[in-house]
Amino acid sequence: MDLDDTQEQAAYRAQVRAWLDEHKSEAPVLDGAGALQDESEIIAARRAWQGKLAEGGLAGVTWPKDFGGQGLGPIEQVICNQEIAKAKVPGILDAIGVGMLGPTIIAHGTDEQKSRYLGPMLHGDEVWCQLFSEPAAGSDLAAVQARARQQDDGSWRLSGQKVWTTNAQFASYGLLLARTDSDVPKHKGLTMFIVPIEAEGVTVRGLRQISGEAEFNEVFFDDVAIDADSVVGGVGNGWGTALTTLMFERVTIGLGSEGMGYNSNRFAQAIASDAEARRDPEVRHALGEIASELLAVRFTGYRTLSALQKGQVPGPESGLAKITIVNGAIKAGDLIADVLGPDALSEDGEWAYMISFLPGLKSAGGTEEILRNTIGERVLGLPPAPRLDKGIPFSELRSKEAAAA
Amino acid sequence: MNLSLSDEQVFLREAARGTLSRFKTFESIREALDGKADALPDLWPAAKEAGWPGLLIAEEHGGAGLDAFEAMLVLGECGRVLAPIALLGHLPATAILNDSPAGASLLQALASGERRAAYLPVSPPDDVSPTWTVDPASGSQRGPAPTATADGDGARVSGQLSFVPDAPGADLLVGVALLDGKPVGVAIEADASGVTVEATTRYDASRSLGHVTLKDAPAVVLDAGEQSLASAWYLAQSLVAAESLGSVETALDVSVEYAKERHTFGRAIGSYQAVKHSLTEVLRQLDNGRSLLYYAGWARVGGPAEFPLAASAARSVAGRALDQASRTMISVHGGTGATWEHDAPLYFRRAQLSRRLLGGTNRATDRVAGELLAQADAA
Repeated sequence: MDLDDTQEQAAYRAQVRAWLDEHKSEAPVLDGAGALQDESEIIAARRAWQGKLAEGGLAGVTWPKDFGGQGLGPIEQVICNQEIAKAKVPGILDAIGVGMLGPTIIAHGTDEQKSRYLGPMLHGDEVWCQLFSEPAAGSDLAAVQARARQQDDGSWRLSGQKVWTTNAQFASYGLLLARTDSDVPKHKGLTMFIVPIEAEGVTVRGLRQISGEAEFNEVFFDDVAIDADSVVGGVGNGWGTALTTLMFERVTIGLGSEGMGYNSNRFAQAIASDAEARRDPEVRHALGEIASELLAVRFTGYRTLSALQKGQVPGPESGLAKITIVNGAIKAGDLIADVLGPDALSEDGEWAYMISFLPGLKSAGGTEEILRNTIGERVLGLPPAPRLDKGIPFSELRSKEAAAA
Repeated sequence: MNLSLSDEQVFLREAARGTLSRFKTFESIREALDGKADALPDLWPAAKEAGWPGLLIAEEHGGAGLDAFEAMLVLGECGRVLAPIALLGHLPATAILNDSPAGASLLQALASGERRAAYLPVSPPDDVSPTWTVDPASGSQRGPAPTATADGDGARVSGQLSFVPDAPGADLLVGVALLDGKPVGVAIEADASGVTVEATTRYDASRSLGHVTLKDAPAVVLDAGEQSLASAWYLAQSLVAAESLGSVETALDVSVEYAKERHTFGRAIGSYQAVKHSLTEVLRQLDNGRSLLYYAGWARVGGPAEFPLAASAARSVAGRALDQASRTMISVHGGTGATWEHDAPLYFRRAQLSRRLLGGTNRATDRVAGELLAQADAA
């Protein structure tokens, strides 16, 4: 049992660090003095920086070499992330594309799709977004209603709405889960598509949240034409393709959870400066409870890494860490604001932003309730709740729901 | 990076599970609670045979020369079956002696298990209180650490320690005393003059406790460093954590099995979200605790400056996990879970007592805060 790099890992770390030492002055400044302010300037600078990281081999670490990656393992990805964080420079802009959508295309895409899309994605020339969730399909993702109808010439016409779409406002493409057959049970009639966001009939609208900022978008599709060769993983196989993306999502979260900045040291720091609070038994008890759980998640991450190193893929239990992180951070926000008082709620301060962000995060990437269902069933082996949608064609589900109401 | 069990560690754990499966611990604990004093099996011969008394003692002194993590694996198995076994007292005592050349001659007999030691728990100072303290007989005011006065090569030790795990029947008492205000390690023969051990139990018949009174008791002064003396406290915290998580594992297994079998309104109760989510909550806390055992197991040698934080965090999370698991076990089983014949009350009793021993879960939680605040000051 150890936390040290092997010789090879240490050599890789040194190589990454050397590259960063040489190039970090070229990184965009996002915080503090001289920080970029204009949103479009920030995006342009971060895209350019992603291109540099890709050239230096610091993006797509786990991608195969054939597609411009390094062909390395998850440990090297983590080492790379750690060194980027230590150098205090931004990481890649398109973490969703490179971390989840690219790997899905690598797993299920055609050769033409791989050669057309992967290179520009890796270099930040074309940013991607994930078009899975809908207003009425979140926890029950297979209930998507965005409808793609095939035309006589083999192309498709797409209509519907997606939501919670990060990066859509500057994305070139999205990976979209649509219903292509309503006369079969809901998991069976789905197909995955590559959709150009600049196509006619696509509307992207920012979705403001508690903080007032728009972290996500709604994306509307009004009879959008899609080429026949845009299908990823075959018609009717959309659910299996989506599961691949969600598996990579778990890996990405498992490898980068501390990157969210919800760690015990940061929270302790906020209280340490208050002489009264740091001796208050109630404050100490709350801090101790929150911090010990967040420390646990750090080591859960190391355990995940050890398993990945042995070729094991993280299962649904990784959702436990997400539940711990979000609830721990929510309690930490409350504790810190209780200690600092109303001043902690200044709109431009770090704590108000965190406090505003977390209630939504509780539902992101799987609500706490659906995660607990999945973990209870797939890890503990508890029986599922009876389902009323099994084996029923999707087209009949809505009328059944209406009748039951 | 490697935080997975080695083949040897897996073997050690499986062997411990096999050894302990030979004993009917649950039945005997229930009988002991009913006043049948000799109902509990004597597990020490089995522990000797398995080599557990010498787990933390160097090979040159007849031990296995293993580390805290291996000891935690064994304690985890003990916790799974609520084994009444004297390792929680013995192992931290041997850790202090193993760090101390002056204690070397005592090690051989302790490694073989021919003699048994008990650790006298004295809690190190923290960021709020600069003194070494002991658990009080009652109430929340902590007591002073034992004091020592030099006497030739050795010392004479006086003090009062309450609820000392595994003290009754121990041959040697090992702990910390203040000599001219400085903490030193001391080893005291249990049958020496001035030593009284009053055997007692509280609520959980599987735990043997003792009130230890020392009046000018003759002691060997150990040359273990202050860090080693503090480390014994954190080792004890880690062992309680490991043992608690073992109990959580079985409490959860039993609860899950019942939730699959028991039906209401035409379906298994485990299919209801309320039941499923409460069991998932136990799993969440268990999994967090397991991760912290790795942290503590690594830190004792790999990052000693972090051992107080790691062990305290493990104790804090594991203690709360056992509280939650034992209460969930009762509620999932309905009224039956609160009856004498069921095993759930035995886990509940274990949880209630463990939470209050060796400084208590809450004090470990407070220590996590203290350690992190100190780290923040240093940053």
